[in-house]
Amino acid sequence: MSAITPPLPTPAAAPTATIGAYARRWLDNVRGGELGSLPIILGLLIIAVVFQVQNDRFLTAGNFVNLMVQGAPFALVAMGIVFVLLLGEIDLSVGYVSGVGGVLTALLLLPDGSTVPTSVAIVAALGSGVLIGALHGVVITKVGIPSFVVTLAGLLAWNGVVLLLIGSRGTVVLQDDFVIGFANDFVPKGAAWVLMLLAVAGYAGVQLWGLRKRASAGLVNDPLLIIGLRIVGLLVALGFVVWVVNQDRGLPYVAVLVGVLLVFWTYVLRRTRFGRHVYAVGGNAEAARRAGIDVDRIKIICFAICSLMAVVGGIVLASRLRSVDTNAGGGAILLYSIAAAVIGGTSLFGGRGHIKAALLGALVIASIDNGLGLLGLSSGTKFVVTGVVLLLAVAVDSISRRGREQSGRA
Amino acid sequence: MTETTDAGGSRERSPGAVPILELRGVSKRFGAVQALHEVNFDVRAGEVTALVGDNGAGKSVTIKCIAGIYPIDEGEILWDGRPVTISGPKDSAALGIEIVYQDLALADNLDVVQNMYLGREEVTPLRALDETKMERRCSETLASLSVTTIRSVRQTVAGLSGGQRQSIAVAKAVMWNSRLVILDEPTAALGVAQTRQVLDLVKRLAEQGLAVMLVSHNLHDIFEVADNITVLRLGQDVARFKTSETTQREVVEAITAGTLSTVPGQEEEVQA
Repeated sequence: MSAITPPLPTPAAAPTATIGAYARRWLDNVRGGELGSLPIILGLLIIAVVFQVQNDRFLTAGNFVNLMVQGAPFALVAMGIVFVLLLGEIDLSVGYVSGVGGVLTALLLLPDGSTVPTSVAIVAALGSGVLIGALHGVVITKVGIPSFVVTLAGLLAWNGVVLLLIGSRGTVVLQDDFVIGFANDFVPKGAAWVLMLLAVAGYAGVQLWGLRKRASAGLVNDPLLIIGLRIVGLLVALGFVVWVVNQDRGLPYVAVLVGVLLVFWTYVLRRTRFGRHVYAVGGNAEAARRAGIDVDRIKIICFAICSLMAVVGGIVLASRLRSVDTNAGGGAILLYSIAAAVIGGTSLFGGRGHIKAALLGALVIASIDNGLGLLGLSSGTKFVVTGVVLLLAVAVDSISRRGREQSGRA
Repeated sequence: MTETTDAGGSRERSPGAVPILELRGVSKRFGAVQALHEVNFDVRAGEVTALVGDNGAGKSVTIKCIAGIYPIDEGEILWDGRPVTISGPKDSAALGIEIVYQDLALADNLDVVQNMYLGREEVTPLRALDETKMERRCSETLASLSVTTIRSVRQTVAGLSGGQRQSIAVAKAVMWNSRLVILDEPTAALGVAQTRQVLDLVKRLAEQGLAVMLVSHNLHDIFEVADNITVLRLGQDVARFKTSETTQREVVEAITAGTLSTVPGQEEEVQA
């Protein structure tokens, strides 16, 4: 490496903010209503403690693996929801769109003489997701109907499509080892460690590359200590996860899929022009339009991404259940996914949020679902508790928004 | 489009023989309403030209005609002495006209750099945003305009004061090779100290050789920064002053009672 990289000024020589200044900025942000991931991490800790006290099976390796597999579909669907929430829109159809994706995949892979290769089936399902989302987007932007109404109509219509596709079969058993493997196979234990180290090395590389680039341009960097802490923090967190899951069955493949998509969509949102324009449209659509951004195009693409991720979630859910039936896409998946995005800290008012909100929120939702299940409580209780948590999360959003207004940031 | 100039130095043009922008006998009609009637108006590089008038005098329509939002019915617009047709905001931007509207059009959830580059982001060869380059250029542009009150170009616009927001909107306008900057009521919503900041900024723009067109109600501000004043009344240009050779009283008289040529359909208003 060092042989081919030209010498750059050592990071130590570059201007960096002091730790004090960094801490002060962070405190200012929290007071001003930019809470970031703070409430959710507190929430997760409370949930873990409460459930562990009630039932000592909650914090076990086996249950942690279950939690990952249960939470993954919500996390995947919620990633798509983040895109539409950033625009200040909503997509109520994701549940049944995920159902369409799952059913389509299972049907295409049925060994009934017309079986297609696994890759073709998956691409076809993903493609149908993109088309569905683009259709929603076109109706919303070109006809001018609020997204709430269009996707509410979608909720009904795509439920109908699920029923039509399944027809008189009742239940379609998924018969493809690759697709079933998503949620039911595990990364070999050694390979999981290697993946973990690669991920941390990649993160450290990106951080240090940015540091050198900014330093050579003479721009202020975050304190080196903070950057070091971030890298070590990620190493410890991921290392702990791999260590825990390796006590049990290991790292499920679906967790790797969630991780890869998390990085990919984060890159799209934070590091591309498209992502920047999504935030701009959500923050001030008129400003975006005057800046020459094609607002309609951005919206259509976001709805397409949302339905695409719904299909990804639907395939993973079908993989976990090993079959699809007439209930595919129904039940809690729609509300749990939207709740995950919101609980994770994506503002319903548009313009604020990150992809990681989907993951954090899905962890909370899956923990509550899983923990209440361990306590042997009914789904009635689960729904009430999840509803209250969702309301709390939206309340935090609204109150922090008021905090922003009071500190002149809204 | 993506090429930028440093907003500093290098723009020295003698307050020229040829106006950078000239309106000759421009008329605009909306149905029965004559919004502009044979308006003549010019702006020169290195000068601040104020356009004043009461509500409904046609100031906004004039801006929108220059911006290309409204096509003009009669007359012609000259740019550097040559007649041009401006048929949309893209045309005016291509000529080097940037307009800072009253509502500023900033996205509150984005930071200063993101707002200044909105819609014209720099990307690396791999299509990723080139944040380092954008941040450096923004800092340079703000420094060249002596906008020093902004602590960090990475803070969100939501946390800025009205004067700072106006400064960002102006800096955004001058960053793109612009030669004429039109400011619509830049001080309308500002306090005393912030008005000071913005007026200083307006003076600096002219000193750097840009043509500045200031649209305002506030005669006090105008007398402080403008070199020339054109008065509109009921869609006509009724008077033209050099700021150094006139008084506020004279200008007020022109705004409220300037002599109009007769226009069909406006007789009653002229009587009133």
